Amino acid sequence: MTSTLDPTGETDETSENGESTAEAPEYPMPRARGCPFDPPPELRDLQREGPLTRVRLWDGSTPWLVTRYADQRAVLSDRRVSADMTHPSYPRQAPGGNATLSFIGMDDPEHARLRRMVGSAFAVKRVEAMRPMVRRIVDGAVDDLLDGPNPADLVEGFALPVPSLVICELLDVPYADHGFFQSNSKTIINRDTTPAQRDEAFRRLAEYLGGLVASKVENPGDDLLSRLARKVGSGELTIRQATETAVLLLIAGHETTANMIALGTLLLLRHPDQLALLRDSDDPTVATRAVEEMLRYLTITHGGRRRVALEDMEIAGRRVRAGEGLVLPNEIANRDPEAFPDPDRLDITREARHHVAFGFGVHQCLGQPLARLELEVVYRTLYRRAPGLRLATDFENIPFKHDGFVYGVYELPVAW
Amino acid sequence: MKITVDQDKCCGAGSCVLAAPDVFDQRDEDGVVVLLDPEPAEHLRAAVREAADVCPTAAIALTERD
Repeated sequence: MTSTLDPTGETDETSENGESTAEAPEYPMPRARGCPFDPPPELRDLQREGPLTRVRLWDGSTPWLVTRYADQRAVLSDRRVSADMTHPSYPRQAPGGNATLSFIGMDDPEHARLRRMVGSAFAVKRVEAMRPMVRRIVDGAVDDLLDGPNPADLVEGFALPVPSLVICELLDVPYADHGFFQSNSKTIINRDTTPAQRDEAFRRLAEYLGGLVASKVENPGDDLLSRLARKVGSGELTIRQATETAVLLLIAGHETTANMIALGTLLLLRHPDQLALLRDSDDPTVATRAVEEMLRYLTITHGGRRRVALEDMEIAGRRVRAGEGLVLPNEIANRDPEAFPDPDRLDITREARHHVAFGFGVHQCLGQPLARLELEVVYRTLYRRAPGLRLATDFENIPFKHDGFVYGVYELPVAW
Repeated sequence: MKITVDQDKCCGAGSCVLAAPDVFDQRDEDGVVVLLDPEPAEHLRAAVREAADVCPTAAIALTERD
């Protein structure tokens, strides 16, 4: 019997045929019990053994897994790979459904055209001008948390409201509807959702946001939905394209940041020395750096970036053929010792900005300046105003989102 | 050091502005990179090298020539 891997870590030729792909490990892999902040140990082993290996997905397909930092950056910025979710060989995260995630699942030039229509709203200096608004929202959310019952669930009571209020302000979506869009977003990003449920959640969000866009075609304001509405008015976007973009911005705008707030807080509570360093410093660059290190360490987008090779190409010295799928788990690249010395140590003072927690290549997160701003303000505010913040349950009882496309905690009972 | 940027490659992620705000900015209409200073002073160069390294689309090219 032929092994997929020889001792030097090179995959042998038999992996080109069906024989050794039968041995491909299943992906995604589980995290180790008791190590909820660390990537699955099997991913670590695969990264150590070699740069490229076959894995088996839920549908039986066997795309290549790319584990190392430098290789992931090279692949994700290579124009010969596609992010087209409608490509027949695209390694899908979950069974079908008709929903599309706007430009996330497209290639240039259409991807660039659609992305650039909303790009200016997330430009670094434009986002920086939103700092007073973000500060006001965070201060208000801390007030609400501390004035409410103690203990409380930090997810519902703080982590979800902050980014939801910010994205509502940016899009001019009524925050009163947060229950509606948060629950539909949750359905969409849960890995175990059925295709029918996911389509239905998309349909509801699209109907809701499409209605808001349509009303702004008539009465535009200064917000981002109005910007999309103007593009509909000028014929550059169809109402459907504008709506899909709006759905993407709304989901991406609150789910990811909420998870970084709640999971990040739990991480710091488990590393009291790092929490003290962050809380007790008057130097604003300490929080700026901490944000990058926590993004690297947690890499909550743990679904593995998905691509398809459009041409025969070489990746890490191995030949990948046109039409083969590629899966790139960013959480293991962010623990690559070649890129981050002592990668499993949380060190909020390290230089970590080159992490790939936001992905890499043309699809790298558009909203990253806003995410950074929100996290910086939260991390600088919450722990100072609630210096006695602590877990209100045993660590072992905390439910982690092992089943989500985005990692985090379902709830985080805290007291102060 | 001489910097060139490729606006067609740029995806507007803003990493360069974060690293070196005195050297890079973004267009008002779409967030695409704008080069403010193609020949930055010595004290800005480490930040510019970082900007080029973290650019997700390799849209920043540097020529070191001093």
